[in-house]
Amino acid sequence: MAIQSKTSIFKKVLNFGPLILLYISVMNEFDFNYLNYKYFSFNFPFILIFYWSLKRAQSLSYGYIFIAGLFNDVVIGFPIGTSGLTYLLICGFAAYLRNITLRPNLINEWLFFLFTIMVVTALNYLMLISFFLIEVNYYEISANILFTFILYYFFSYIFETYKKLVFRGKADD
Amino acid sequence: MAASRDDFVIAIRSAFLKKDNQQRFSLIFLIIFSILLITLSRFNFAAVNYLKLSLNEVVYRASFIASLPEQQIQNSRIAIQEHFKLYRDYEATKKNLKELQSKEYNTKFIIEENKRLRTLIDEYIENSEELIGKVLLDKNSPFLKSIIINKGSKDDVEIGMAVLDKEYLVGKIVEVNYSTSRALLLSDLNSKIPVSIEPDNIQSILSGTGKNNGYLQYFKEGSTVNQDDVVYTSGSGGIFKSGIPIGKIKKLDKENYSIIFFSDLSQLNFVKLVSFSTKDN
Repeated sequence: MAIQSKTSIFKKVLNFGPLILLYISVMNEFDFNYLNYKYFSFNFPFILIFYWSLKRAQSLSYGYIFIAGLFNDVVIGFPIGTSGLTYLLICGFAAYLRNITLRPNLINEWLFFLFTIMVVTALNYLMLISFFLIEVNYYEISANILFTFILYYFFSYIFETYKKLVFRGKADD
Repeated sequence: MAASRDDFVIAIRSAFLKKDNQQRFSLIFLIIFSILLITLSRFNFAAVNYLKLSLNEVVYRASFIASLPEQQIQNSRIAIQEHFKLYRDYEATKKNLKELQSKEYNTKFIIEENKRLRTLIDEYIENSEELIGKVLLDKNSPFLKSIIINKGSKDDVEIGMAVLDKEYLVGKIVEVNYSTSRALLLSDLNSKIPVSIEPDNIQSILSGTGKNNGYLQYFKEGSTVNQDDVVYTSGSGGIFKSGIPIGKIKKLDKENYSIIFFSDLSQLNFVKLVSFSTKDN
């Protein structure tokens, strides 16, 4: 009985895996910056939110994503609400892609992800530059977009495996 | 064309306005709320500032805990790098050790060869048993640089024995009593020792200055010695064996040199007394 209870708790934790990972990544700036490679950085929350909003929207509630955005703003010192807006726009793009897709294709999703992150990053920094007069390094932003785009392909395989293992037999939507 | 546009509008509307299962808020509601927050924070609205302050309190603490695994990874990475560095150092040391070992064999061969050659020319190569003596008195006056040692004729101390500090020559025995003896230090004005200056094998006489250094006497004209050349006993005169290190050259100017002794002659506590004799074949 006790073993069954422990297994059930473990399963619940695994069900919340994407959400836990999202909160860890926004509070920790999960970007391997300690490797000290010049210009190397990527936005893990973008990959996570896009993938799970596209493949299994109920794993990441919009409300939780919005709160994660607020946390991220506090950690990196952005004006409050900016990351939340960015994350929600990614969710919107992913939901749009989900609605128009009949047969999912990784390459299509990958290219659409590039379009999405370019649009939302542009909007985000446009807002920061225009309203809050924050200076940004365009090379770093471009490198960040590029690495985020490249790494989506690898993370999508990992998330796909996780989804198959944890949410097997459960409805996607 | 119109159908395609309709599909686009329907997809957008569905994405932003429709509230999915298990979603409490629609996307458009949260987006509008975000824009409102951004606008209010742009104008430093008090409620937003309070919200930010509260969030700071919670998030900074949570962020510290959340960053622990990453810190652990970082620390592990540093530890692994250190191990690899240690391994590289170990490999380099091993290589150096091999080189030194091969040099040591070479040195051993040269020493043996040197011994054989010295035997051929009747060179003084045999040391008497070493006597360790304690310095009882250090006569460190400007006119006399000598030490009194607690070994005398009862210990087989003889006049002319070399006095060494570790392996360096510091003087010679000039007076022997029953239980004590006096050694004249190299720095004494009356000390004259035949020396050889290496690497050019220049022969000269080392004389004391009355201070803690020496100088070269009867130096052959035209010979040049350089800074840091090493001074050894030459073995001429038959008192000492050749090759006992004494000191090194310090060039004062173009023609004047000073000898800096390897041993600090004012700080002698224990010395070795050694005599040399020819080897009987």
